[in-house]
Amino acid sequence: MTKLTIHDLAKIRDRTKAMTILREGAGRAKVTVHMGTCGIAAGARAIMDELLADIEKRGLQDVVVTTSGCAGLCNQEPMVTVEIQGRPPVKYVRVTPEVMKTIVADHVVGGTIVSAHALAVGSETMY
Amino acid sequence: MKEALEQEVQRRGLGNEILVIATGCNGFCEKGPILTVHPDGIFYQRLKVEDVPLLVEEHMIKGRPVRRLMYVPPAETTPVPKMADIEFFKHQRLVVLRNRGRIDPEKIDESIAYDGYEALGRALTRMTPEDILSEITASGLRGRGGAGFPTGKKWAAGRKETGTPKYIICNGDEGDPGAFMDRSVLEADPHAVLEGMIIGAKAIGASHGFLYIRNEYPLAIQRMELALRQARDYGLIGMDILGSGFDFEAEIVRGAGAFVSGEETALMASIEGLRAMPRQRPPYPAQKGLWGKPTVINNVETWANVPAIIRRGAGWFASLGTETSKGTKIFSLVGKINNTGLVEVPMGIRLREIVYAIGGGIPGGRDFKAVQIGGPSGGCIPKALLDLPIDYESLKEAGAMMGSGGLIVMDDATCMVDIALYFLRFTMEESCGKCSPCRIGTRQMAEILARIAAGEGTETDLDRLLELAATVRDGSLCGLGQTAPNPVLSTLRYFRDEYRAHIIDKSCPACVCKNLTTFFIEPDKCIGCLLCFKACPVRAIAGERRKVHVIDQAACIKCGACFNICPTKVQAVSKYTGEKGRTLAGPAAAPVQP
Repeated sequence: MTKLTIHDLAKIRDRTKAMTILREGAGRAKVTVHMGTCGIAAGARAIMDELLADIEKRGLQDVVVTTSGCAGLCNQEPMVTVEIQGRPPVKYVRVTPEVMKTIVADHVVGGTIVSAHALAVGSETMY
Repeated sequence: MKEALEQEVQRRGLGNEILVIATGCNGFCEKGPILTVHPDGIFYQRLKVEDVPLLVEEHMIKGRPVRRLMYVPPAETTPVPKMADIEFFKHQRLVVLRNRGRIDPEKIDESIAYDGYEALGRALTRMTPEDILSEITASGLRGRGGAGFPTGKKWAAGRKETGTPKYIICNGDEGDPGAFMDRSVLEADPHAVLEGMIIGAKAIGASHGFLYIRNEYPLAIQRMELALRQARDYGLIGMDILGSGFDFEAEIVRGAGAFVSGEETALMASIEGLRAMPRQRPPYPAQKGLWGKPTVINNVETWANVPAIIRRGAGWFASLGTETSKGTKIFSLVGKINNTGLVEVPMGIRLREIVYAIGGGIPGGRDFKAVQIGGPSGGCIPKALLDLPIDYESLKEAGAMMGSGGLIVMDDATCMVDIALYFLRFTMEESCGKCSPCRIGTRQMAEILARIAAGEGTETDLDRLLELAATVRDGSLCGLGQTAPNPVLSTLRYFRDEYRAHIIDKSCPACVCKNLTTFFIEPDKCIGCLLCFKACPVRAIAGERRKVHVIDQAACIKCGACFNICPTKVQAVSKYTGEKGRTLAGPAAAPVQP
């Protein structure tokens, strides 16, 4: 790989940002499984497996699956964030493989928040 | 339905404005007939012909959607709160943790998308080392590893040295019980730590960096390894970074598994391949550090603060926090608290806000007793000081310390003698043994505490503890020994009555210390369910179905299994201490006088 210049940094930033905030073409929905040590200890890997299997089974082409670190509220792990294009992200807590299945069916596919397991909508405020 | 709608639209003379279109089944068969009004995208369900005039009148003419006919998603009947309204998140101010849960830490591009390495670009191409130094100094950033030494000052000391090569170290040997701030930062945003190090390296004039991460953090190591590889591929470490002519290399060293390795001089010995043992300072690492060369060592969280300061300016950073403690601090909130987790709060926040607003209070309706802040080097803060602002000076004054940020909440079922003993045993076991006051003193103190906890202490023991504490503090080379007595000193300061209760009344008010506690089944409450009978690991409970159970006090090992298993609505098992406990226990269990 060739070395970056400052100009390249800006290009990567703009390109990746467009993707991570789900602009056109990058996907209709993004599902983030929080996989810090705490999340994994609470069972996040099984959630990820279920999510990937479910997406494959349904043949969903427009869903981006990604991982991230601990979201902070360790006692409510495993946590999953679902973001549908154009809408604020939704954080789910104490997710089980069964709940993950429901989230895929109702929220990712159906667009309806599974409120029984949702902690909150929106993002944390940065200082 | 379609005809009724068309007729109504015509009747109202809206034919040119409203287009009625029939589509195929949208899949929501059980809710039909269905109608969607665009461009609002409002979805009406189970419509009847009679609803049409109202719908046209209200929505299409007056622009007021008819709620009664709208589709309400079944599961969304209970509204989901906003993140900004959740107490746990509301009071936090994310600087270091700004990317938590937001980026994939294994993809450098995602870090870059959220301004990662932007500060590095600025520092390398538009700032001199002096510019960086003065920015960090002006920000008021202080070491987040515990002692709170001003970072700018430390860097300036390293900058001043002429020896080469110079090294920088990231201290990720987080070892306090209950602390996991550094682990989480390394796992969630490794590039922020690395970026801070490269910026620091330029300011100090260092060519090589070490990330000392404890081996018990495999995921943090794995993600940091990946981060280093990706940064190297992009030329963000290596030769001529971003075409600026600045060279810097970095590598990971796995911790050797001892708590004392987190002490800076011991850590350097460990990197050199020696046993992790602290040495005399001065010379400070900035003068004579790794392999005798100038070395600047900062904690994970300190490094991770640097990019934000360079990107947004010292003034911005200094606007957060108090007069002497700027910015934010990450705490791992654990213990008897409803919301356990990682919180980043502005310096100066009141302890009350952390415990009650962010932490959601104490579970099980119990009362707050104290927090242990700063781990085994720190101290406890009692209920009376709940309004203490959390900054370096206030905590020190209160007999605790910022430490790396472990915050253990304790409820009224906690015995402070027991807690002091727990932490002291920890430092006793982790003492490297180099300084006799620490090696022998902590053991002596632990023995006295164990004696008090067993109800065998005397009043002179308290003076002896204070005397030993002073000796251990003054006679130890490193932070481990110097701060080891803190848990004892602070519990003695705030909970002396509890020590006296153990010594004089031979009672443990919280009913924790086994020797002073008696488990007793209340005959009038016991329903004879056999639960405790089956749970007792030493078969010390006699009982039959529907008959009152009795504990054989001589056989009881005070494990509490019966207490824990007795149904909450029965609560037949009680804990007693002091005179009452002794009476119930009979002569066999009375504490032995020394």
